[in-house]
Amino acid sequence: MNILVCLKQVPDTETKIKLGRNEIDTNGIKWIMNPYDEFAVEEALKIKTQFPGSTVTALSLGPKVRVTEALRTALAMGADKAVVIDAEETLDNFVTAKALAAAALKIGPFEIILAGKSAIDDNSFCVGQMLAEFLGVPHATSISKATYEGDRALVEREIEGGAREVLELELPCLLTANRGLNTPRYASLPGIMRAKKIAIEEISLSALGLSGADQKIKYMDYQLPADRPSVKMIQGDSGQQAKELARLLREEAKVI
Amino acid sequence: MATVIIFAEFIDNKIKKGTLELFTAVKNDSVEAILLGTDSAELVQELSRVGAKKVYLVKDPVLKNYNSAAYAAAATEAIKKSGATVVLGSGSMMAKDHFPRLAARFDGGFVGDCTDIQISEEHVTGKRPLYSGKCTANFAFTDKVRMKFILMRPNQLPAPQIKKVPTTAETLPVSFEGLKVRVKEVIQGTSSQADLTEAAVIIAGGRGMKGPENFKLLDALAKPIHATVGASRAVVDAGWTAHSTQVGQTGKIVAPNLYIAVGISGAIQHLAGMSSSKVIVAINKDPEAPIFKKATYGVVGDLFEIIPKLTEEFTALVSH
Ligand SMILES: Cc1cc2nc3c(=O)[nH]c(=O)nc-3n(C[C@H](O)[C@H](O)[C@H](O)COP(=O)(O)OP(=O)(O)OC[C@H]3O[C@@H](n4cnc5c(N)ncnc54)[C@H](O)[C@@H]3O)c2cc1C
Repeated sequence: MNILVCLKQVPDTETKIKLGRNEIDTNGIKWIMNPYDEFAVEEALKIKTQFPGSTVTALSLGPKVRVTEALRTALAMGADKAVVIDAEETLDNFVTAKALAAAALKIGPFEIILAGKSAIDDNSFCVGQMLAEFLGVPHATSISKATYEGDRALVEREIEGGAREVLELELPCLLTANRGLNTPRYASLPGIMRAKKIAIEEISLSALGLSGADQKIKYMDYQLPADRPSVKMIQGDSGQQAKELARLLREEAKVI
Repeated sequence: MATVIIFAEFIDNKIKKGTLELFTAVKNDSVEAILLGTDSAELVQELSRVGAKKVYLVKDPVLKNYNSAAYAAAATEAIKKSGATVVLGSGSMMAKDHFPRLAARFDGGFVGDCTDIQISEEHVTGKRPLYSGKCTANFAFTDKVRMKFILMRPNQLPAPQIKKVPTTAETLPVSFEGLKVRVKEVIQGTSSQADLTEAAVIIAGGRGMKGPENFKLLDALAKPIHATVGASRAVVDAGWTAHSTQVGQTGKIVAPNLYIAVGISGAIQHLAGMSSSKVIVAINKDPEAPIFKKATYGVVGDLFEIIPKLTEEFTALVSH
């Protein structure tokens, strides 16, 4: 089985966002692999164990100087190959998905394509589905359980209100991972050593026939959230606090 | 004027609030709707009341449960038939799953999780949070983008005006042959509460709840005010509640009218998921807990004393 895992580097969850001139100031940001993509990498490695002889290729788009770090992590976890699409910081989801699709066709074919359900920086929840459409394969998002047979995947995904649906997809297919799918492994020391020796293949955006001019969306006027008015502390014993809080929520805030 | 088409969702034969809100964003009268898996006259009527001048219906057994391939196929037909260039939806699990696919199919642009939107003669612009609400940015579509797909966060727009336009309903034939996705089973959730991402009121419990058995206190508090119960990651990691209840940067990003944080310290990753809520209440025994910095109302005290009393107060309030 040939498995592709798409991954993105995002600012660490502890990051305090500062604004730069046109967008955020990326100086001093610590970059990590998007947490949902870790589940995708782990899932790929599990499939490889189930189907010996499979190869796992990790693919990432972004400035190569930093995203190769995330690819090294995937290699250290056990991926066989890594490919970087070198691109500037701010490409929209459309160009990202187009580029991933073009790269997948170039280095593929793949039977299973995995990604995280969403990147925790822009929370767009869309690159996986767009990629699936560009590749003409079925998709399932936000999966929390999966089993694989020769030509199909059986997955479970969360839908509204904690309900779940069980889907069967024909391969090739694209799956995006939610928490709960598995427990990502830590890279072992031999894994890290091995990862250092693997050459990361590089593809330029222009080699895929794309450029920043193909973007569909532009962002501007970045703003930090307005300061919230300072908190109103409710005094008294618990009975008085409960009564006063209920009154404020009804009469002042008008939310109940 | 660009025609806007709205992907309509319903539950218990009622159009969802998140769908109705979308009509508020459309100032002109060229608004249509897509309604899949039903031909209910009541639903069409409801869409008519808020201004849909045409409703495209597709009814087929395959649409009974959500299926990404089938819904995308049906929506594709409706969008083509309508000629609309702006496609709006409310950011439900269903719409989030297939809107990006449609955008790719139509060579269009997609923006999700929007908190504000302006639709004018020529342009669609709006606002959305980035970095899990640590900042926001305005967005626009680049010049040559014809098809625009936008998902709004629920609870951002006021309820629409009642317009009562004449509405025509058209049933579209769609072929569902060769779908590569099949729904084998739908396992119903145990909760009758609204989904966290759509709830107008959320009560979330943290490690201060001490154990899974105490979440029934929050269910009791939720009941009179029709709230949905969520949780911090510490609670989910401890296995006290399901993954689906987690609020935060690596859980659900929510922005209800009212968020009540009970026994939650307010770690940066938790705040990222809820700090754009309109009103925030923090109940915590530690007056130094960071959650108070984001709160509208703060209560310092033992939650095990306060929650039962607050439940009585809420129950009394709503019975009047
Ligand atoms: C990569 C990453 C991603 C993360 N993503 C998320 C996420 O999405 N969501 C999330 O929530 N967290 C997330 N976290 C975890 C986060 O950092 C915190 O650990 C977590 O939010 C703490 O949960 P808590 O507030 O319930 O627990 P604690 O921090 O332990 O707080 C418990 C609070 O309960 C109060 N308390 C105790 N007893 C009582 C009582 N009897 N009455 C009243 N108050 C009481 C205490 O004063 C304390 O403030 C993430 C962490 C990492 C590293």
